[in-house]
Amino acid sequence: MRNNNPYLPYPVRIKRVEIATEDRSLRTFELEFLHQEDADAFRYLPGQFAELSVPGYGEAPIGIASSPTEGDTLLFTVSKAGLLTSHLHSMSEGDVMGVRGPLGKSYPLQEMEGKNVLILAGGYAVTTLRSTMVWLLHPDNRPKYGDITFVYGARTPGMILYKELLEEWETNSDANIHLTIDNEAPGWDKHVGFVPQIAEKIEPSPQNAMALVCGPPVMIKFTQPVLDKQGWQSDQIIMSLENRMKCGIGICGRCNVGPHYVCKDGPVFSKAELDELPKEY
Amino acid sequence: MQDKILDKSEVDALLERLGSEYDVYAPLRDQQGSVEWAALDSSSDLVWDFSNTGVSPKRFVFPQTECMMRFNNRSDDPEGMIMKQEQGLQRQQALLNIRPCDAKALKALDSIYCRDQTSNDVYWRDKREKTLYVGLACKSPCPTCFCTSVRCGPHYEEGLDILLVDLGERLLVRTLSEKGAELASNLSDAPDEAKQQAAQQKEEAEAAVRSQVGLENIQSRGIMELYEAPMWDREHESCLNCGVCTYVCPTCHCFDIQDETQGEHGRRVRNWDTCMSWLFTYHTSGHNPRGTKKDRFRQRFMHKFKYMPYKFDVIGCVGCGRCTQSCPVNIDVTEVVGEMNEPDLN
Repeated sequence: MRNNNPYLPYPVRIKRVEIATEDRSLRTFELEFLHQEDADAFRYLPGQFAELSVPGYGEAPIGIASSPTEGDTLLFTVSKAGLLTSHLHSMSEGDVMGVRGPLGKSYPLQEMEGKNVLILAGGYAVTTLRSTMVWLLHPDNRPKYGDITFVYGARTPGMILYKELLEEWETNSDANIHLTIDNEAPGWDKHVGFVPQIAEKIEPSPQNAMALVCGPPVMIKFTQPVLDKQGWQSDQIIMSLENRMKCGIGICGRCNVGPHYVCKDGPVFSKAELDELPKEY
Repeated sequence: MQDKILDKSEVDALLERLGSEYDVYAPLRDQQGSVEWAALDSSSDLVWDFSNTGVSPKRFVFPQTECMMRFNNRSDDPEGMIMKQEQGLQRQQALLNIRPCDAKALKALDSIYCRDQTSNDVYWRDKREKTLYVGLACKSPCPTCFCTSVRCGPHYEEGLDILLVDLGERLLVRTLSEKGAELASNLSDAPDEAKQQAAQQKEEAEAAVRSQVGLENIQSRGIMELYEAPMWDREHESCLNCGVCTYVCPTCHCFDIQDETQGEHGRRVRNWDTCMSWLFTYHTSGHNPRGTKKDRFRQRFMHKFKYMPYKFDVIGCVGCGRCTQSCPVNIDVTEVVGEMNEPDLN
């Protein structure tokens, strides 16, 4: 990191802002580094996150939605929720802010090699799984993995993120893409129902496979029994946690789950690991 | 390690030497009669007979509020909104007469603050490296002290550059680092009787630490077994979550980061924070993973006595007893930890 100070954000410029959902609660920001050497230093993998730093407002930990295979700019999809993210939603292309990272551990991409991959995503938790999919489908990486099944649920068609990319995957990739919305909607001809129901319907085999599950707590809660019934073991299920964070490097003391810091030792944990820890997330 | 001798009447010479290179701080008696850390002006102000300061000296390495970086709060300025790192400590500092437990606390926290290359807290490290630790061995431990139970003690040396042992008119000066050796280089070697006197004092001081607590069962127990123990339902009840224990504690090291602006000036600061506050873990969504008083009470003890030993092989406590002394509802750390260590956890 710059000057070896892990708290000092890299200056970045907002290259592009896009209103990502029909309810305007999510915006996708494409950020470009002001200095090429910072872009070179920011080496990340899918599943990692960064602190988005808006001087005067603070920082917020947000999952990186882009894949390192996409070039030097970074993509973040941010929900308008608190002080900082509300201000971020008012910022425009060309504005300067900061990015600090990459932080945390990535998804276990090496451990997943040679295996089938099941991805279950709900709502805007899909961000780091977008990163993962882009990375997995890249020609350099695709041959190392078996079948890829991607299930993604949103409340309505208008709440689905990254639509163009999903269409691209549906038509041009060999991944099994399953999109679902909560209730029937005019013009929608794909799945209808919650992610756990779709997981039940498509019956993904746990044989030589790993599952990445990321979504709101209610999705996790109802997905788990489905995976259990299908014979998935807890060390095959990978999850990503969120907790309130400040430092992002395992020092400031608030995001711990038992002895582990979500920011540094996570955010990615296997369900087997989480089963041994307090549910403080 | 070398033992030197210094007559108390010659402390001035040592201080002069210190003062030329360091800003010197020491526990001094304030107007209210309590002993707290302050800048030392004259050797006559030095206090040799005190238990310990009410507040730990952690602020010299980890200030209660610390500016981390500054920025120009103008988006129309090409240099605006870009964080600039704040300069480090301008002058070295010496903590004179620091108690061995307080020095050990800082040493223990190095394993968190300087855990590895990515978790390298430059602000912490800067001040750690620019600080000289001249310890004063404890003669008469408080009734609340239990340092000998937590891998520490009244003459504990780790984390110090020099350990002073008060022999009445004289001080035994034990050098424990290169910096310490250099400072004491012109002192004469301690005579054997002085060394013996210091050794005897150590034995007596250790024996005077009456409060004891075992940790062996805590170590062997699983995290969830301790976490789910019924004892927390009882022990947390009187706690007010006031956070004074975390304020006075030499090893409590949690912090918050906040931005402050005034006109076009902006800075990012870190402030001491406390796990006793609900806000500490509160998500923007409204969810709180440690939403109850019990959750927060348990976190403080689990963090120090289970999580830190598990993760970093250091106990997050040096047995100074400050939390017990300052707790408004008389929660005694040794009682809670004693419960965690009971053979029959309940």
